[in-house]
Amino acid sequence: MHRSIHRKHMTSIQDIKKQFPIFQNNPSLTYLDSSATSLKPQTVIDAVNQYYIEYSANIHRGIYTIAEKATQEYERARKSIATFINASSPEEVIFTRGTTESLNLVASSLGSEIIGKDDEIVTTIMEHHSNFVPWQEIATKAQGSLVIIPIRDDFTLAVESTGKSQISDFISSKTKLLAITYVSNTLGTINSVKDIITAAKKINPDIITIVDAAQAAPHMPIDVQDVGCDFLAFSGHKMCGPTGIGVLWGKRALLERMRPYQFGGEMIDHVTVEKTTYASPPHKFEAGTPAIAQAIGLGAAVDFLNAVGVEKIHQHEVTLAAHTITSLKKTFGDRITIYSPPAPYRSGIVTFTFGKYHAHDVAHILDEEGVAVRAGHHCTMPLHTHLGIPASVRASFYLYNIEEDVKKLVAGLKKVEAVLK
Amino acid sequence: MSIYGDIILDHYHNPRNYKTISQKTHAVEVKNPLCGDELTMEAIIKGGKLIDIGFSGQGCAISLASASLLTEFVKDTPVEELKGITPEDVVGLLHVELSPNRLKCALLSLEALKKILSQ
Repeated sequence: MHRSIHRKHMTSIQDIKKQFPIFQNNPSLTYLDSSATSLKPQTVIDAVNQYYIEYSANIHRGIYTIAEKATQEYERARKSIATFINASSPEEVIFTRGTTESLNLVASSLGSEIIGKDDEIVTTIMEHHSNFVPWQEIATKAQGSLVIIPIRDDFTLAVESTGKSQISDFISSKTKLLAITYVSNTLGTINSVKDIITAAKKINPDIITIVDAAQAAPHMPIDVQDVGCDFLAFSGHKMCGPTGIGVLWGKRALLERMRPYQFGGEMIDHVTVEKTTYASPPHKFEAGTPAIAQAIGLGAAVDFLNAVGVEKIHQHEVTLAAHTITSLKKTFGDRITIYSPPAPYRSGIVTFTFGKYHAHDVAHILDEEGVAVRAGHHCTMPLHTHLGIPASVRASFYLYNIEEDVKKLVAGLKKVEAVLK
Repeated sequence: MSIYGDIILDHYHNPRNYKTISQKTHAVEVKNPLCGDELTMEAIIKGGKLIDIGFSGQGCAISLASASLLTEFVKDTPVEELKGITPEDVVGLLHVELSPNRLKCALLSLEALKKILSQ
């Protein structure tokens, strides 16, 4: 029964794989680094090309036909994204260069205004540097402090419902800001962000909550209103979209209140020699000519993900990850250490260290076998320090990965043992 | 072709001069921020000559093999001659072509040596 369901599923994934032209150019590529960046489907490439060859005008300015068309397509992408994350209006969707810029925008426009001496910013040990360093910087400057939620031995957050620690151990009246990742880019842990935010706001309703959804938006359905956060950030290039485009979603009332991040064209209401008033969100935060082709490409990526079904993608990845963990343990036993939480916290990321072999050697030999994985600290140095390892190897799955990829990973690791002994 | 050829594997499995030196006159530590590798290098330099050299720490096969090959290559050599060692010389010792990222692994030991020579 299980087998037949799986086979049917695989057929449709094979069809999906055909829509990614990189596999025609690299037929033997096993790409297991989608957490770093995803591959691009033809529809996204076409949308970007179409802008350049059919209507490559600037937006929000021209009166002529192709400028109107460019503006329309750019704003249509914003609407698609708003629907994709269930934002209450497209005006809450700000285009940025990516998650890092989105988080820095909040840190710079709001964080630095509200954090004072002795105030606290709460974050977790599993954050990507982009959701860690900006807060550390602000806390240090303001002589406040950064409070870190640790993880348990099963690689889930200490404040998850079954844990001994509670959110009240970390959130207090001093807390001004909670910055937390939806899914860890190293452990693959899916955090119960809704529960954590609800519990945190119960203790202190005034805290601002920021969710890093870089590893969530591409892989699982997101509903910003249900999560209950104030801001949520993600990148286009990790979700089948182009590089150089990302999103900051924020609650309208907060966006209204915040100062602009950058100043110049496109973001103003009225300028005189003495004084400038600013446009309303989202334009207030989109100074200068934005990444137009990339925004339109991201809109196409969202259409593509919707057509496949984000929940279906999630299930596919979780299945592959579970299968990978079983295969690795069965084949290598104690020689492999896997840093993955149990279900239902597990996503499509499997990070491990392999015997005495250095992560770079493992990744290099896997590459010689046609398997692309990531080796290093994955921009989570505090987490690696906590785990007591300098580096790890990460295999991350997406909708175009198939069971054959898992077999190639296992075979590649056997080769690592054969070469390095 | 694999970069894990006989020379690199030999020096990875049996690194030469993998040791600390109690009589050292020089000691340095270097780091590869890319992977967190740390390498300690110690040496005895007397009368303008590098008498003995050793290294320790953790690293990938490329960085360990290059440290092994380099320390073997520079021992018993006048300091003046060593100042002219180039990255190309180190790659030459490894007998492989390396991508820019792996080149950083290979050149960590050279960075340590240069630090010692400039002390």
